Amino acid sequence: MKRICLLAAAATLFAAPALAQDTITIGMTASQTGPLNVDSLGLQRGAEMWRDEVNAAGGIKAGGKSYQVKFVVYDDQSVGGRVQQLYTRLINEDGAQFLFSPYSSGLTAAAAVISEQYGKIMIDGGGAEAKPFELGNKYLFMVITQANYYLSGAVEALAQKAPHAKIAMIYSDDPFSKAVLAAAKDQAIKAGLEVVMDESYAPSTTDFGPIVNKVISSNADAVLGGGHYSDGATLARQMYDQKANMKWVSLLVAPADDKFADLGPAALGVTAPSQWETQVSYKPQFGPTAQQFIKAYQDKYNAKPDYHAAAGYSQGAILQHAIEQAGSVDLEQVTAALNAIDVTTFFGRVKFATDPGHHGLQDAHEMVLAQWQQMTDGKLGRQVVWPDAAKSADLIYPIPPATH
Amino acid sequence: MLRRPFFWIIALVIVVFVTVPTIGNNVSLREGLALAAVYIVLASNLNLMLGYAGYVNFGSIVFFGLGGYICVWLVNSYSWPLGFSLLAAGVGVSGLALVFGFGILRLRGPFFALATIGVNEAVQAFVENFKPWGGSSGIYISPQVFQPLGGAGRALWVIYFLLVAAMGASLYLSYAIKTSKFGLGLLAIGQNEDAAAILGVPTPRYKALVYSASAFLPAITGGLYFFKSAFIQPSDAFDLSLSTEAIVICMLGGQGTVTGVALGAYLYEELRGYLLTSPLFSNFQLVIAGVLLLVIVLFFPSGLMGWVYSRFPGTQRVLE
Amino acid sequence: MPPVPAAASQPPTNMLGILASIIDGVLVGLVYGLAAMGLTLIWGVMDVINLTHGAMIVAGMFALYLLVSALGINPYVALPPVLIGGFFVGLALYWIAIHRMIGRPPLMSLLSTFAVNLVLIGIGTGIWGTALFNVAVSLPGVSFGRYTFPGAHILAAVLAAVIAAALYLFLQKTRIGKALRAVANNREAAELVGIPTTRLLAIAVGCGVALAGVSGVLIGTLFPFTVLSGDGYQLKGFIVTVLGGFGNPVGALLGGVALGLLEGIVTPFVPVSWTLVIEFVLFVLVLIAFPGGIFSTRRGAL
Repeated sequence: MKRICLLAAAATLFAAPALAQDTITIGMTASQTGPLNVDSLGLQRGAEMWRDEVNAAGGIKAGGKSYQVKFVVYDDQSVGGRVQQLYTRLINEDGAQFLFSPYSSGLTAAAAVISEQYGKIMIDGGGAEAKPFELGNKYLFMVITQANYYLSGAVEALAQKAPHAKIAMIYSDDPFSKAVLAAAKDQAIKAGLEVVMDESYAPSTTDFGPIVNKVISSNADAVLGGGHYSDGATLARQMYDQKANMKWVSLLVAPADDKFADLGPAALGVTAPSQWETQVSYKPQFGPTAQQFIKAYQDKYNAKPDYHAAAGYSQGAILQHAIEQAGSVDLEQVTAALNAIDVTTFFGRVKFATDPGHHGLQDAHEMVLAQWQQMTDGKLGRQVVWPDAAKSADLIYPIPPATH
Repeated sequence: MLRRPFFWIIALVIVVFVTVPTIGNNVSLREGLALAAVYIVLASNLNLMLGYAGYVNFGSIVFFGLGGYICVWLVNSYSWPLGFSLLAAGVGVSGLALVFGFGILRLRGPFFALATIGVNEAVQAFVENFKPWGGSSGIYISPQVFQPLGGAGRALWVIYFLLVAAMGASLYLSYAIKTSKFGLGLLAIGQNEDAAAILGVPTPRYKALVYSASAFLPAITGGLYFFKSAFIQPSDAFDLSLSTEAIVICMLGGQGTVTGVALGAYLYEELRGYLLTSPLFSNFQLVIAGVLLLVIVLFFPSGLMGWVYSRFPGTQRVLE
Repeated sequence: MPPVPAAASQPPTNMLGILASIIDGVLVGLVYGLAAMGLTLIWGVMDVINLTHGAMIVAGMFALYLLVSALGINPYVALPPVLIGGFFVGLALYWIAIHRMIGRPPLMSLLSTFAVNLVLIGIGTGIWGTALFNVAVSLPGVSFGRYTFPGAHILAAVLAAVIAAALYLFLQKTRIGKALRAVANNREAAELVGIPTTRLLAIAVGCGVALAGVSGVLIGTLFPFTVLSGDGYQLKGFIVTVLGGFGNPVGALLGGVALGLLEGIVTPFVPVSWTLVIEFVLFVLVLIAFPGGIFSTRRGAL
């Protein structure tokens, strides 16, 4: 009798694994240290929140099975060489079936080489430059708006308010910022605006004094540029300290971050192109609404989500949708499903270009322009000021001169 | 030289590197060994300047980066075959080094070290402005460029074997120089440059030659490394921390020895690989490197091999 | 309407703009000079190039940040504690990394200070990551025309000059200062005369690090910084030292002004991204042409 019981007990041990859940492993690196760590945090948190929600709801359901989502995340220290080693490791040793991009265009380009060399799908929520997508790829998909369109809204709005404005372009010498400003320059010239200065600075620059003097000397009315958080914030502060008194200032990335409020009066009137703001109201076909997303994020991280967080979440949501549509985790089937997607989530509309010369570039998602204004409670906050269909407040032009 | 055992020891190492990952098609092992090979190349060639001639080249990475750029640019913009591009990179960079060398090798000790940093930073700043090489965005290679090598999968293996070849060449070069009259002259310079000059060693010529020689294989390796990465940008290509690590490796293994540097490179790469993904230590990689270096400089200036030689005197005859 | 051609970098049509750049360059240059003085002092006295210099500048910056955010004091009040604290840190540095290297080939001290630098920066990034820190100092500036010189720049420049003057007086007029100069001139002779050289070497390193620290404080009041900022200022320190002469503190100040002047003159005329190229190329060329620096006095003399 005892022996039978023992055998039965042993049998259940062997039976147990058959009831265990399947897992999907998603690999990625994040800039947990290094100059990009402030910006990378939102992307990471958004993705993790998606993972936790999906797992709590039973996992991704495809082909009759339920898959729990597992992340493997390494710190790339914002260094390109490490990114490639780490993604190779994620694929070959950690068994990652799908990949998310790192944060920033430079690192994403490096990672994309690996994902294509080994043939894995990579969802890009952190790198907006188009170049990696123009080399002929099969498995890259960008969920955010590409760099070329970042400042098109700002240029359009500026042309409306000041048809003869003189623009000074001063931006960080990195692939993303250069792509954005090159496109913006073409758009500005087409719109009849005059570009009186077009220069890039080393990304590690901290002394913008000489540059600001140059901007003043050029008699510009408007400044477009910046790069990532550190340089954008410093440039804004030093323009204020030196009383450059620009009528229009649009900077990349930095003003879209809540930390920008620390600049106090120097932040007033500065606009930023944003992939998403808390005020926009797209009607999602699936997944949370903007309100639900904001609340869940606030509860989990005690902070307001920025557009990096929204993009991070969307990386997961879009991948999940594609897997569910395909009914399997097979590479080619999921790729086909991604190629066919045309959906709207709280983040906006998502549809990928499928021609070989631009495969994976985001075709449908749009930017908004946010501006720092005095809110009704006396504090500084961001309002969506363009396009008209999405705005929550009127655009302030010109920026009032510095009063210190 | 064929009769000396050390020649065959190097050959054995090469054979191990070639066969072990190939059996069983072990891609992760290959990647780890590829990186170890890169470190061995960088450290061995640095050793020619540091260990033999006594000149610290803080900016040795400039050879690696320039070689990478030349190779990638030729392959991408002019569709040159990989082999020719690598050769062009090697010859080009060592030629430049010969020219530069005559200038900065007039400087002694710490001034030379500072000048090498200056050269690296100047080249990086220049490349960031140089539009034909993509400026700060760098150059992206289209995946099509792997087709002549049989597609991405096979290309990665071909590149690996070429890296192992470069590693073998570096080890043989170090060994050959050390056992030659040229090497003797270099070691004399390292001991006391003025005395060496008085005794008839043609110091300026030797210094320029070794500086140039120490550029050739790192340039080719740079070409291979960045071709494999399909992507090169100035901040990665001229990253001073790689030359720093090469210096640590040379001191760790025993400057002036061939075995020590190779062993040091391998051990260091393994340590680094572990630290890379350990959540606790990945930030402390530099701290550990620094502590290692400090301990070695203060207490074990002859490095690992110095300790081995003193404990097992017989090895000094066999292991260079 | 025909498209308006975009202007690339046009030379500014107003002299005022160029003058503003030059003056601003000189102001910042004085601070660069201070940043280099510690480096050149240690070099002059004991033939050691202190590669922890950058880390010490960063330490000064972080000391400023911590003191201001924890105690809420005026940033400039942080100068005396950093000066004193830096001195003791310098003494420790001497005993840990430099003492055993005296008399050995310069390569060794280069590597030992380099190693300490790696450790310090590594610990720094371990604790603070590479986040940007900012000490907001807003002082009324001086304007003329459309250009403004932030008050903080002016004050930092003045303080740098004052500290430099104090160092000069210390070296020329005090007993310890004269002893330091004796050791720099000829260590063996100084020992024969009864000067306790080891103690003085330690004091020299103490002073050098103290200077690095206070320059870090001043730079912290001007620009934002991360743990990694030190390398950039150390490199500028080398350029200044090369321009001003190794071992010559007054030369360091002049070298700093020269560098600031260069940056100020170059920026209005050349795309900003070329400034670094010009600086580094100049650095290498000057090193090759004047191995001891342009204003170098007799090697080893202060």
